[in-house]
Amino acid sequence: MPKKTEYVLRLYVTGASPNSIKAINNIKSICEIYLAGKYALEIVDIYQEAEVAKKEQIIALPLLIKKFPLPEKRLIGDMSETEKVLKGLGLQS
Amino acid sequence: MANKTDKKTIPKTYLAKTRTGITGFDEITDGGIPKGRPTLVCGEAGAGKTLFAIESIIRGATEFREPGVIITFEEKAEELQTNVASLGFDLIKLQKENLIKIDHVQIERSEIEETGEYDLDGLFIRLGYAIDSIGAKRIMLDTIENLFSGLQNQSILRAELRRLFGWLKEKGVTAIITGEKGDGNLTRQGLEEYVSDCVILLEHRIMNQISTRLIRIVKYRGSQHGTNEYPFLIDEDGISVLPVTSLLLDKKVSSQRVSSGIPALDKMLGGKGFFAGSSILVSGTAGTGKTSIAANFAKATCERKEKCIYFAFEESPDQIVRNMNSIDLNLGKYIKAGLLHIQASRPSLYGLEMHLVAIHKKIKQFKPRTVIIDPITNLVTVGSMAEVKSILVRLIDFLQSEGITVLFTALNLVANTKEQSDEGVSSLVDAWIMVRDIENNGERNRGLYIMKSRGMKHSNQVREFIITDHGIDLVPVYLGPDGVLTGSAREAQQLDEVTGVELKTHELGRKDREIARKRLVLEAKIASLKEEFESVQESLNKSYLEDDLKKEIMNRNRKQLTQERNNHNTANDKNK
Repeated sequence: MPKKTEYVLRLYVTGASPNSIKAINNIKSICEIYLAGKYALEIVDIYQEAEVAKKEQIIALPLLIKKFPLPEKRLIGDMSETEKVLKGLGLQS
Repeated sequence: MANKTDKKTIPKTYLAKTRTGITGFDEITDGGIPKGRPTLVCGEAGAGKTLFAIESIIRGATEFREPGVIITFEEKAEELQTNVASLGFDLIKLQKENLIKIDHVQIERSEIEETGEYDLDGLFIRLGYAIDSIGAKRIMLDTIENLFSGLQNQSILRAELRRLFGWLKEKGVTAIITGEKGDGNLTRQGLEEYVSDCVILLEHRIMNQISTRLIRIVKYRGSQHGTNEYPFLIDEDGISVLPVTSLLLDKKVSSQRVSSGIPALDKMLGGKGFFAGSSILVSGTAGTGKTSIAANFAKATCERKEKCIYFAFEESPDQIVRNMNSIDLNLGKYIKAGLLHIQASRPSLYGLEMHLVAIHKKIKQFKPRTVIIDPITNLVTVGSMAEVKSILVRLIDFLQSEGITVLFTALNLVANTKEQSDEGVSSLVDAWIMVRDIENNGERNRGLYIMKSRGMKHSNQVREFIITDHGIDLVPVYLGPDGVLTGSAREAQQLDEVTGVELKTHELGRKDREIARKRLVLEAKIASLKEEFESVQESLNKSYLEDDLKKEIMNRNRKQLTQERNNHNTANDKNK
């Protein structure tokens, strides 16, 4: 049966910086644990798309934007504080 | 680009500077802000930080062809465009021409959750992208401290800021960072810690309810700079800073002379008038005609087809034109011809320093040959005597360095201040004319003196200063046995003199006629004596003639008798 994507996430990183790698790994494992099968994660390397930085009002990196479900939410950092990530994603109050 | 910003006298090792294009600022910093380094502009809210930064960027783009990036953390691009449009800057056009790029960095704390280590690479990328896309040489960050309210991790922020400024330096862009003044610190977050090359402090001070904007260079590493507080002005053309011009007395002087507009006054000044580029003070009590003298000087300037600017602190332009019309002085036509500009403002409009800045600016714009300030005394209402004096010193200094002739008028409040003008500027000016009331016989008259006039022969005489429907005239006062006479007393004295002359001529005539009469009598006498003599002579002659005649007749008779006797004798003889 087709899986419903309830969560649309986008992670902005800068190439292969330590923070970026940590963030990618952390968010992937969090998603796999808490949102298995119902999320879409897009990873964008800002270095390749500098215009986006302006458009998306990006300042601090890594940045995770929860596009869906609304409201849109922004999380910055290497996603190492799982509690905060879950709170930010609305998975834990 | 380096040649453009460096002055030719500056050796190459000297710190390279970038001109901001802000009037006066590049002078006080000897060339502008450090090139390729960050400069911090701090001050309280409303001190003009943003304007300073924006003007530097825009002028950089328009005047020096150095593209610039505006990163704003507060205002949106559209707001910024509207704000600077009032200063005549078209940001939209500049953006189209790729001379300016604006990026509004928006941070909303509520939207952001911090989940561990992060950096500001996003900001770096944006700055880098903006700079590279137009090849920017300048960048402004207004106000980067807003990051502190959006992000919580102070230690990361501080480290990242340090990295940012290092990165900007590496990129070689001249950065202007603004920061709001904090308690005990120049900025709230101690940005001065990161930006160590050049720190500029803007202030907005209010004294006696009059505000003055001041700029001070707190720090300028590797460069000499003025340490004073310099007043500056924000008006429709942006910022103007007033440089305190060098107080060295090394000005070039002119030996050219300019007419005062009053022929009689020129005559008192060695016949030629004032020196061009000199400073002249006209002081006097109220209503002595100081403005009239000033207006005449303005007229003389315009007649020479030179420009004149008239700063009026008492009357409006229309008022001056109308009042001067009453003495047959049509200033209106010079205003129309663009030779005369009357700039009227109330002294309390702004502080002294600002007046000076405003005067400076007007002079730079209008480029006059003559400046009139009428009167300087009114400036005292917004500052102390000492302040006024210091302003005037600077003003005179500036004007003389530009070779502009300046005429001040000053009101003496007390009639007997013969020795000193109120502002104590008499020692600064080159020529000092004083108009004084002379009260006598129940009327007030004006006496004009030349107290001093450097470098020329000038009259030591008091002249009576007369204002008529046809203008101003100076007449010598009458020095009578009772002292100096003016006004109707002088006129009476002159009349007296005329009468005296009249009487004298009359007297002389009478004597002449008597002599003539005496001569006639004498001549008549001589004639009659002559007649008498002639008649005596005639009668004498007559007796002589009679005698002769008698003698002749007797002789003839005797002869006849003798002849008759002889004849008778002969006859007798015959008869015998």
